[in-house]
Amino acid sequence: MMLDDFMTRAVLAGIGTGLAAAPAGCFVVWRRMAYFGDATAHAAILGVALSLALSLPVFAGALGVALAMAVTVTLLTGRGQAGDTLLGVMAHSALAFGLVGVSFLTDVRIDVMAYLFGDILAVSRGDLAVIWGGAALVLGLVGWRWSALLTATLSPDLARAAGIDPRQEQMILTLVLAVVVAVAIKVVGALLITALLIVPAAAARPFARTPEAMAGLAAVLAMGSAWAGLRASYALDTPAGPTIVCVLALCFAVASAVSGASRRA
Amino acid sequence: MTAPLVETRGLGVRMGGVQVLRDVDFAIAPGEIVTIVGPNGSGKSTLLRAILGSIRPSAGRIVRSAGLRLGHVPQRLVLDPTLPLTVTRFLGLPRRVSVARAREALDRAGLADLGGRQMADLSGGQFQRVLLARALLDAPNLLILDEATAGLDQPGAAAFYRRIEEVRARTGCAVLMVSHDLHVVMSASNRVVCLNGHICCEGAPEAVAGAPVYRALFGEGTQGALALYRHRHDHHHDHAVEAAE
Repeated sequence: MMLDDFMTRAVLAGIGTGLAAAPAGCFVVWRRMAYFGDATAHAAILGVALSLALSLPVFAGALGVALAMAVTVTLLTGRGQAGDTLLGVMAHSALAFGLVGVSFLTDVRIDVMAYLFGDILAVSRGDLAVIWGGAALVLGLVGWRWSALLTATLSPDLARAAGIDPRQEQMILTLVLAVVVAVAIKVVGALLITALLIVPAAAARPFARTPEAMAGLAAVLAMGSAWAGLRASYALDTPAGPTIVCVLALCFAVASAVSGASRRA
Repeated sequence: MTAPLVETRGLGVRMGGVQVLRDVDFAIAPGEIVTIVGPNGSGKSTLLRAILGSIRPSAGRIVRSAGLRLGHVPQRLVLDPTLPLTVTRFLGLPRRVSVARAREALDRAGLADLGGRQMADLSGGQFQRVLLARALLDAPNLLILDEATAGLDQPGAAAFYRRIEEVRARTGCAVLMVSHDLHVVMSASNRVVCLNGHICCEGAPEAVAGAPVYRALFGEGTQGALALYRHRHDHHHDHAVEAAE
């Protein structure tokens, strides 16, 4: 059976994660929510710690805490709190409490390191099902709300005039990001999830004329980088998650250089 | 008299502990052009946003007629440079429009060839005309403009308001606008509402311009500007300039 090979499973996990992260990441870039992605991802570590302590599925714990964090931050920033500072406080507090909490569980410390930096080569069939299920959920939600999300991103007032509730769209995006974090944590780890969200979108930007083209190109880049990064990590014996992000970073650098050169020409 | 499209009764809005609007009784009838004037911080935009539904009133209520279709032209739209957006795609947000309808809307706005252009590459005047074209796509019966000409020079603003008058003449939609361009706007309005936290006075443009409370807010100078504008309004030679932009 094909899925018996750990490398095949890893590639499928990477592609599924890239597919989910890229379109969601476009909204993170357009709405300038990069730090929000960080906060949600860091909070997921607290979720992992709680799951391990309570013997719950890690995905459920990470999703639950990431979602709680994302919703809390969304509600508080909506009331005019200083978003940036609040995000910083909550993100790093959650990360610190997660790490301290885990230190009480001496036998699982290794596991938590895997969730900080990802452990894509250890992806099981069950993980694959979770990752692709999460990816399907993310793509479904983003696809369903695409126009409304885009209008609310352009201007909350324009959205209102068109009968769209921008707060509802914001909440849907919040849910989407929490799912992406929970899906991606096993693949690239909590510390690099934001890279998976924003780097494909940033690399696709110079070549896109419409939002749809940007999301599609970002998805292709994310999936290609997942595959190429895994091959490179196998060949060079480097950690898989960071190698994938390195490939994405190279894509971004090449894209920037090419678009810069064509603008000057 | 026909039922108003939108009516506020005893509307009050608090924002961050500040009472921005209080006891605002306001209504706009089908086909009416109403301009809201008032000093900075007088709550003009807040009133528009409350009518749009973006701001929740702290007191009173807002009654919207059953068939109300809103078209909104914001003061400005800041596009994040990371968001690629062609003019045609923008017109199709949130509801996709056919290529033919988008083309027709652009033709009408005098922007026939710009459908494939990036929104970020438009001039200020073109951008505002695209915003107006998009607002008109849904055949609104109430068009809301929030200082829609803030970034335009005076001939540009005058041309924009002439376009609004054409739209009203063609579609019969009501227009509710906020503007600082007092002299440009007031002659185009059926009614002017002078706002400063509450409605200070309202009525025909000439009546409001002569009201003591209005003069206290804007000084004597604006009357001269109004007269100057009325004089300039007879001249239409700058149409071509705007169209060629």
